[in-house]
Amino acid sequence: MAILVNQSTRVICQGITGKAGSFHAAQCKAYGTQMVAGVTPGKGGEVVDGIPVYDTVREARRRHGADATMIFVPPFAAGDAIEEAATAGVGLIACITEGIPQKDMMLARRVVDDQGVRMIGPNCPGVITSEECKIGIMPGYIHKKGCIGIVSRSGTLTYEAVWQTTQLGLGQSTSVGIGGDPIHGMGFIDILEQFEHDEQTRGIILIGEIGGDEEERAADWIASHARKPVTALIAGRTAPPGRRMGHAGAIISGSSGGAEDKVAALKEAGVAVCESPTDLGRTMKEQLS
Amino acid sequence: MQLHEYQAKRLFDVAGIKVQTGLLARTAKEAARAIAKLTPPLVVKAQVHAGGRGKAGAIKFAQTAEEAQRAAEDILGMTLRTKQTGQAGLVVKSVLIVEASDIDSELYLSIVTDRASRGPMLIASRAGGVDIEETAERDPDAILKFEIDPVRGLTDHACRRVHFFWSNGTFGMKDTAALLKGVYDVYMRSDATMVEINPVVVTPEHELLALDAKVATDDNARFRHPEWEAWAKGHDRDAREVEAEQHGLNYIKLPDGTIGCMVNGAGLAMATMDVIKNHGAAPANFLDVGGGADVEAVTAAFRILAADSDVKAILVNIFGGIMKCDIIAEGILAALGSVKLTVPLVVRLEGTNVEQGRRIIAESGLDCETAVDLSDAAEKAVAAAGA
Repeated sequence: MAILVNQSTRVICQGITGKAGSFHAAQCKAYGTQMVAGVTPGKGGEVVDGIPVYDTVREARRRHGADATMIFVPPFAAGDAIEEAATAGVGLIACITEGIPQKDMMLARRVVDDQGVRMIGPNCPGVITSEECKIGIMPGYIHKKGCIGIVSRSGTLTYEAVWQTTQLGLGQSTSVGIGGDPIHGMGFIDILEQFEHDEQTRGIILIGEIGGDEEERAADWIASHARKPVTALIAGRTAPPGRRMGHAGAIISGSSGGAEDKVAALKEAGVAVCESPTDLGRTMKEQLS
Repeated sequence: MQLHEYQAKRLFDVAGIKVQTGLLARTAKEAARAIAKLTPPLVVKAQVHAGGRGKAGAIKFAQTAEEAQRAAEDILGMTLRTKQTGQAGLVVKSVLIVEASDIDSELYLSIVTDRASRGPMLIASRAGGVDIEETAERDPDAILKFEIDPVRGLTDHACRRVHFFWSNGTFGMKDTAALLKGVYDVYMRSDATMVEINPVVVTPEHELLALDAKVATDDNARFRHPEWEAWAKGHDRDAREVEAEQHGLNYIKLPDGTIGCMVNGAGLAMATMDVIKNHGAAPANFLDVGGGADVEAVTAAFRILAADSDVKAILVNIFGGIMKCDIIAEGILAALGSVKLTVPLVVRLEGTNVEQGRRIIAESGLDCETAVDLSDAAEKAVAAAGA
């Protein structure tokens, strides 16, 4: 089961002829993902690691069918690439690109919503259903099929959670990096809803950080909807206000976006909140036993 | 990037927003020249990124040209310490000298990027000159807030909504619309994340004037704003932060910390800082060397940490993913071949090939401790820094 993607998901890669695009498309393919085509405007007809390249998403989709796209287009053109994918009818967009202007995302989001398309990212590691389908830059071999759903705003913290659940024999259903940008696609609640309805998922790890109020809203949702146990970590308790901590979205503005409120809201909702990333796997395991 | 008031007011001027006549001065001589061209009474305003300038004596009213000159000389070169600047404070390098205006009433206006609605949000208040969060707490009815559809833009009826919320009958609907559309224009054209005017003043002549100007721009849009490079030159920035940026590192110097951190990934870097705090010490910095943590990035990071005299111990925390732990360990050794450390080093590696990675470091003869997990690493680093 798992969520969003599985072994039958047909994936294309926009920006496949670039350095990151070609490397990661090959890695995904090697993992077992059905990487059916790539897109780079002006490079139609080329082949990257056995994957045919087209000039437009529309063309790639017409020839090969495509349920999902993985975007590695550089920041200045990425907003437009998202809109191209959404209007060409690709159902799931995973945008890996970091550094897209907020204005471009603001406008791209409108198109994505109008088309009823799901988007993950931008500025994210992507999505992976363990041992089935990897769409993104996460190291494939740390993942193991299992029962934990992971949703996170951070890349390497997700890998920590994945690694620990693999080591403890729990494994993962699907791991989703929703991205570190303030304006992004699917949020915590969208993913939590899916995990809640997924039979393979028995427990959920949620990794948040300072900035915005998505964790608080997720806590509200968990309090009234979640029956599965949730373990969480909030990064940035020691971050100074007003500074952007690496991620464009990780910033405490005025009195909002601080870690304490998020931790308190999650605890209130019955979530086991960890002090250190080291405790994520162990805490999840205790909650399940 | 946070713009200085004078920079923001230049954008306002282009967008047709009325501001007080004023000139920028960096020296006493420039101030004298500026004052000669302006009509007193004048206001002299320090150009630094800090709220509470008035209370700190960095904004002064001057009835005469002589008074204005004295005020400019007092403020130029002064070190401003407010809640936002911290202990070190900020040195005032320039002042904006403006012609004072008579004030009938004060209002508040801003357009900010709202994360929840994923678009621009307009905020207007009848209470100008007061912090908006304070108004929100004390008198929420004095605030009007609504989303703007970025595809549609700021409509006439949205402008009327603000006008009739604000209006005390002295200024016209057209003036309100001109101001609002000007602000929205600055917001969109400058790739801003915030444009704030606090206060907007209503003059006895029924004009709407932007007395102050705060504009923050989206760093991600730098590639389409070549003019920003020149603007950034007028800004005070930590030299190490500038160097880090040149190497593609995300580095933020933190006050009062002793543990230098080097981590791959922003989230893990924040979590590392938190764990250090849990162990009773404070991080000297935030440093994300990037998901891959390649040799160049690690070398540049070590150089920056080694140059920071606050750092009493260094904690390296890397999760080896695509870049496996053995490769990262070799990268750390290579980097330390060219950077000499004088403080203790604690390394925590986790992920793929972690055993090989730890062995490479242990067998290298490098003077460092390895840690099994993050808590262990923090404990060791804190102990080493205290010794």
